Amino acid sequence: MNLIQKEVEKCDCLSGFFIIMSMAGGTGSGLGAFVTQNLQDHYSNSLKMNQIIWPYGTGEVIVQNYNSILTLSHLYRSSDALLVHENDAVHKICAKLMNIKQISFSDINQVLAHQLGSVFQPTYSMEGSYHYRRNPLGELMENLVPHPEFKMLGIRNIPQMSENSLAYSTFTWAGLLKHLRQMLISNSKMEEGIDWQVRPPLSRLPTLGKVSLNRELHFNTSIANLVILRGKDVHSADLGGFKDPALYTSWLAPVNAFNVWKTQRAFSKYEKSAALVSNSQFLLKPLDTIVGKAWNMFASKAYIHQYTKFGIEEEDFLDSFTLLEQVVASYCNL
Amino acid sequence: MTQSVVVQVGQCGNQIGCCFWDLALREHAAVNQKGIYDEAISSFFRNVDTRVVGDGGNISKGKICSLKARAVLIDMEEGVVNEILQGPLRDVFDSKQLITDISGSGNNWAVGHKVFGRLYQEQILEKLRKSAEHCDCLQCFFIIHSMGGGTGSGLGTFLLKVLEDEFPEVYRFVTSVYPSGEDDVITSPYNSILAMKELNEHADCVLPIDNQSLFDIISKIDLMVNSGKLGTTIKPKSLVTSSAGALKKQHQKPFDAMNNIVANLLLNLTSSARFEGSLNMDLNEISMNLVPFPQLHYLVSSLTPLYTLADVNIPTRRLDQMFSDAFSKDHQLIRADPKHSLYLACALMVRGNVQVSDLRRNIERLKPSLQFISWNQEGWKTSLCSVPPVGHSHSLLALANNTCVKPTFMELRERFMRLYKKKAHLHHYLQIEGMEESCFMEAVSSLSTLIEEYNQLDATRSMPVEDLPRLSVAV
Repeated sequence: MNLIQKEVEKCDCLSGFFIIMSMAGGTGSGLGAFVTQNLQDHYSNSLKMNQIIWPYGTGEVIVQNYNSILTLSHLYRSSDALLVHENDAVHKICAKLMNIKQISFSDINQVLAHQLGSVFQPTYSMEGSYHYRRNPLGELMENLVPHPEFKMLGIRNIPQMSENSLAYSTFTWAGLLKHLRQMLISNSKMEEGIDWQVRPPLSRLPTLGKVSLNRELHFNTSIANLVILRGKDVHSADLGGFKDPALYTSWLAPVNAFNVWKTQRAFSKYEKSAALVSNSQFLLKPLDTIVGKAWNMFASKAYIHQYTKFGIEEEDFLDSFTLLEQVVASYCNL
Repeated sequence: MTQSVVVQVGQCGNQIGCCFWDLALREHAAVNQKGIYDEAISSFFRNVDTRVVGDGGNISKGKICSLKARAVLIDMEEGVVNEILQGPLRDVFDSKQLITDISGSGNNWAVGHKVFGRLYQEQILEKLRKSAEHCDCLQCFFIIHSMGGGTGSGLGTFLLKVLEDEFPEVYRFVTSVYPSGEDDVITSPYNSILAMKELNEHADCVLPIDNQSLFDIISKIDLMVNSGKLGTTIKPKSLVTSSAGALKKQHQKPFDAMNNIVANLLLNLTSSARFEGSLNMDLNEISMNLVPFPQLHYLVSSLTPLYTLADVNIPTRRLDQMFSDAFSKDHQLIRADPKHSLYLACALMVRGNVQVSDLRRNIERLKPSLQFISWNQEGWKTSLCSVPPVGHSHSLLALANNTCVKPTFMELRERFMRLYKKKAHLHHYLQIEGMEESCFMEAVSSLSTLIEEYNQLDATRSMPVEDLPRLSVAV
């Protein structure tokens, strides 16, 4: 905490903390959750966003499911927003879109850094303004996390391709935004393999009917979305598709649920690029899967002795399960 | 970086230990070109200024002056240890690290455990404390011994209790050489079963090894090398059994090649903790991930590749072959067939120029042919270390917690019962103070409980996998 205090004192105006960690291991997940709790205690007025890495589904650490549920439940209590990156998704992006043959962790990390940069690099505060946004972290939280029960955010980027392919491509805002919108509503993790069959349902249905219909159609309901556009002619981009009330829940009107940030300045090597940060059902399925697997393992009491050795008891596990089942149910019933 | 102390007990333990230190020096010499005493070397060696008399000569940084192994050598007869002290490795060991006696344990577990245990307890404790004091952060004790003899088996397991009481926070990794069917020690079943009880109760992790399997691996390598089937020649120094470039020049003893395999096993196990890599795995992670229940801590190991061809470009096919081989029953270090038994957990420790995509691709490829227990379907632990072993471009160590250890234990129990029913050789044990028939009965029942646990897990194989009902919450 001393080191953190030194850094904080160097800031003119601290908007918040950005904690980067994984969920599967021991240090990142356990100590990360502990640090977040401490930040909550000492700097309760600052915002905290945790960027967490969701482990590979096929397993990289055997007890990753236990570590993940313990971390997520603790973070849910002390953090303000959880920005999730899935290893599986980023790996696929490297393989399919970037065409990398032998993917190493530095390739994966590069894609992640690109995604973060596309969100947090400066943008103008208003249409036609020449001032940069003062508090991107704060505004992001304000826009995307209206209710403390719903804290899980996902990122999607477009376009994402290798240098070679870039030379042969041209982009229009209409094309990019159309793809991005479909990625949102069909819960697609990348630009390839988007399911174009998924459509938003009719908004005239009563809420309960809408929920079950959405589930059948695999439609991804959003609570709030933020689109960030970077590049030439950004003012000409038409974002009407994102303002459709059918995309959102009934308790937040699109004018509040949807926001856009723009800048003329191109990002990285892309002449035009768009990023989407979304508080929606993106992470419902991965979360449900992890909770299910952890529960199965917990039922057989495997590995529990390793945790009780260090002070985590079965009740702590049960508390975590309860909290996360609640989150799953809440997201499911959007 | 953490330190580990190696405790080698008995004839087998000391011989393997000797090979281990030889290879460790070779490995560090290959990596550390400048001769600076760094964190990697400090995990197994101390840097000592030999001009200083007594204990104060530790140097923590700077050039290597004189390396001393973090080891304690224990043997109740002097032959093997004396040979080490007169051989090329004599400078690596300190006379203060040895405990020897003259007559040996006579292949009798009771003599090793009860008689010598009591006699040397104080000395052992003192040497261990000394070696622990020399470490900044001691993480793990590696105990190397055999199960069939007297000293390694008896005194080696007595040590475990001492370590558990004195250093409860330090992990105890035991490399045990189990007697094969044609073992030359008649009482080896008695010794092994009595030792198993101690391993069950006091070890954190056991890596069982079997002489017959090691021998089969050596024969296979010899066959491949001599048959001339290989197009290009084998890269020098790349045999997992070779010690070329190490201090000992020829294969003097028949067990040398076999001991080298075990030494390589220990080196690969600790490689991720010593050298850098993109996905590190420390020794405590091995215990954490591979031991789901405290009793089931027996890990079947396999090392690949056994040799490298002189090809400079390694095609992906060969890399994938390495992964496939790790699961074949010919590469396991005990007689076991993990592919046809139930996996509780599996760790893959890769060294060399291998990326995460290769790892994931192979896991996905091999998964359908392996059976994992229902609550651990994705029971993989992976680690990537960028420093390959000497002479290889990459290597893989697979550790599996698998029910295929059960037949080994059952066979051991069989052999024990055959002797015990006739009460053969029992008087040698019973005449030692503190040994009674109940010791034998307790040891067998401890083993039987273990076998039963494996049986129960195997029984779940045929049951359909059901997802248990989850907690339901009010919305």
